[in-house]
Amino acid sequence: MKVRPSLLVETGARTMVPTLLVVSAFLLVVGHDSPGGGFVGGLLAGGALLVVFLSGGRAAVTSMLPVPAGAILGAGIMTAVATAIGGLVFGRALLDAGKLEIDAGWFGSWSVGSALLFDVGVFLVVVGLVSTVLLQLGDPEEREE
Amino acid sequence: MTGVLIFIVLALVAAAAAVAVTRTRVTLGLVASAPLAAMAIWTAFAAESDVLEGTPLTGSIGWLPTLGVSFDIHVDALSLVFLGLISTIGAAIAVYSAVYLTDLAKARRFLALLALFAAAMTGLVAVDNIYGLFVFWELTTITSYLLIGFEDRKGSARAAALQAVLTTGIGGLALLGGLVLLSQETATTSISQLVANPPTGTVGTVAIALILIGAFTKSAQVPFHSWLPGAMSAPTPASAYLHSATMVKAGIFLLFRLSPGFSTDPIWTPVVVTVGLITMVIGAWRALRQTDLKLLLAYSTVSQLGFITALTGTGSPAMLHAGLAVLVAHALFKSALFLTTGSIDAIAGTRDIRVLSGLGRRRPTLAAVGVLAAASMAGVPPLLGFVTKEAAFSALIDTGQWAALAVVAIASVATVAYSLRYLWGAFATKPPSPEADPKGFDAPVAPMGLVLPPLVLGVAGAVTGLFPGLVNRFVSAFQPGKLPLIPGWKPALAVSAVVVAAGVLVHWHRDRVGRTQDRVGSLTRRLPSGDRAYRGAVALLNRVADRTTGLVQSGSLPVYLSTILVATVSVPAVAWFSSGSSVDLHPLSVSVGEIALAALVITAAVAVTRAPSRMVAVLLLGAVGYAIAGIFVIYAAPDLALTLLLVETITVAIFAFVLTKVPRRFEQERSRFFGRFRAVLALGVGGFVTAASIIASRQRSGPSDSEIYAELAPTAGGSNVVNVILTDFRALDTLGEITVLAVAAIGITVLVRGLRSEPGEGT
Repeated sequence: MKVRPSLLVETGARTMVPTLLVVSAFLLVVGHDSPGGGFVGGLLAGGALLVVFLSGGRAAVTSMLPVPAGAILGAGIMTAVATAIGGLVFGRALLDAGKLEIDAGWFGSWSVGSALLFDVGVFLVVVGLVSTVLLQLGDPEEREE
Repeated sequence: MTGVLIFIVLALVAAAAAVAVTRTRVTLGLVASAPLAAMAIWTAFAAESDVLEGTPLTGSIGWLPTLGVSFDIHVDALSLVFLGLISTIGAAIAVYSAVYLTDLAKARRFLALLALFAAAMTGLVAVDNIYGLFVFWELTTITSYLLIGFEDRKGSARAAALQAVLTTGIGGLALLGGLVLLSQETATTSISQLVANPPTGTVGTVAIALILIGAFTKSAQVPFHSWLPGAMSAPTPASAYLHSATMVKAGIFLLFRLSPGFSTDPIWTPVVVTVGLITMVIGAWRALRQTDLKLLLAYSTVSQLGFITALTGTGSPAMLHAGLAVLVAHALFKSALFLTTGSIDAIAGTRDIRVLSGLGRRRPTLAAVGVLAAASMAGVPPLLGFVTKEAAFSALIDTGQWAALAVVAIASVATVAYSLRYLWGAFATKPPSPEADPKGFDAPVAPMGLVLPPLVLGVAGAVTGLFPGLVNRFVSAFQPGKLPLIPGWKPALAVSAVVVAAGVLVHWHRDRVGRTQDRVGSLTRRLPSGDRAYRGAVALLNRVADRTTGLVQSGSLPVYLSTILVATVSVPAVAWFSSGSSVDLHPLSVSVGEIALAALVITAAVAVTRAPSRMVAVLLLGAVGYAIAGIFVIYAAPDLALTLLLVETITVAIFAFVLTKVPRRFEQERSRFFGRFRAVLALGVGGFVTAASIIASRQRSGPSDSEIYAELAPTAGGSNVVNVILTDFRALDTLGEITVLAVAAIGITVLVRGLRSEPGEGT
């Protein structure tokens, strides 16, 4: 049994999803200095996936994810662990944060900390978890098996 | 200098990742062996520095500096001997494996594991911190587990891997206990300082007993030895490297490391010597009966490990010197023999002595390698095995250990006999036996890669036998001693001659010896053995676990929750009342907005208990969460508010999915009593948590952590305190939390898949 979602949800999703994703990326990047961060950003991206799921079902979520949900989880853990070990490699302690100052001239100067990289790992794990849950638990009628 | 070593270890880890993208066997072999070759060169350079004069190379990398844990590097002569073996034998075996494993995908996985193992083993022998030692020790256990179970579709391989990991894992825990005891007693975590100031008294003895259990399990000493023959289900190159040349010697490495300081302890010498000698005899006896060439070598390894262990028992310099020399010789000839066995297997398709016949004539080069290595094992001059065994005999004679000498000599007779049995079984032309199922050798000529590595290792045993100074340079820097090629007309030479002659005799009468062994075997079958003890222990553990689970896990969610909640309230409450302390509350200041939101929370919470259907209850719980998020907003905590709002939204949605699978409405409460009980419990927990939060937040004596964090945040490069806490101050916690998230995701996947495949049987 496949129920078509309401026209409202479908149309709303079209505008909501890109917006949510942009905001989630924004929250991830500014997290170190303003409200936001990997957890919040990841949850918001997960919320975007939820909207996709409600409007298009499992197939829409699967086609939206570039890689399987498990790979996102794994990449997240690897990123976080690599950042943690990075502290050791650069002759400092495990999980010690480092920072790279980039002067981009007209665009202003950015500082990219290893904290951001660590947060990217957190972000990916949260996204991976939400997508796993959506794909595994969501909407049993639609399952092919 | 040590920086380069760290770089090489990292290169090994990188190689483990890089082999996954290699496309040909040649690059595979090159990528895997290059870091090991670099390490061999490094060892040669390090030997030119002052290490062999007694000045160790040192260095340190902070790991968890706030906990005082760091990787202190300490490379002395003993470490160099091991590094030399790990690198040279490792490089030869990496090349061999790239040819031996014909399936490229398997070869990649195998060499990745091999490179990781080499990195762990290097760390193990170079680290000077007990925690670092333990970590590397366990890493070698894990890689060994994965290599023994390499053929993961075979049940027997998985069982053998499990036995190995359980045995050595328990030993690892004992080792950790012993090391921690020692560091508590002596207030140092440095191994070199522990050896310099060995502990005394009962605590020291207990710690040493625990460490010995660790070393004995790792080095397959009786009664823990039975995992090693099982480990032969690993691919042959892994057996050659891990289960003969290097990893099983980790335990012995520890004995060498500690013996100079710890052998004064009353239990060290009697236990180590006795266990070593018993292991040597049992291993040799078993090796004589094997019909599988690889198992023969496995029991021979058990025996030789026992020999070396016994030599570390007295702590006398001459014995330690001889022991380390024997260890080097054993690593060379045994790895050569294992690789030869692998090649025989690859060419003839069998390792069974009863089936093999006439291989010596057809493959003379391989046979020559086998003869070279087996002769070294038997102790025939002028090979390294002879030179080092002479040193051991001399050390035993000079210190007057006559009983030990007799045992070693008897086991050595068996060693000569099983060396001959190996050669006869592998290469001789025999009349076909009734069990035989002769196979034709229509395989193509063995590729160079299957002959050259064992040849190099075998020739190394001959060259170092002719020029023992090459080895003695390293070994005598550990403990002073001589390693002459021509020992002179001393009693030790007579012992060697008698041993070899007797060994030849035993092989000559192999049929009669075999019958005797069968008779003794049928007599001792009922005696307790290490293997049986292992099986019994595992069965007992499973039974106890089953019983406990049946008792504790009722499978009822209300029971679980009630247990948890009752404990949550009663344990702190008892502590509180028994402490008799009073509370001095500061006045609370509450805003109108808070009161409104709190009223909303309470209303929604009460409504949940009255909700007719599950869906309504979930929505009301969502409302509770939203209201709490509102309180966070009032307290100007946007991060928390945002996170909570999103969590509530997603949770409600997920609940909605799951609720399609359970009855729409709540079941009727079966007993009025349980309903009342739940109400009381819920109110109790709510009241307790409320009171506890109010008391905790009003009872402040010093500055709060949040103020300290806010002050420190800019030093960590961020102005959002919450995020700085997550990614910097408490980054280790975050790492743990996201790991939990990943595990939860895997759990959900497995659970749902399980439900799907067994409908109606969800447990």
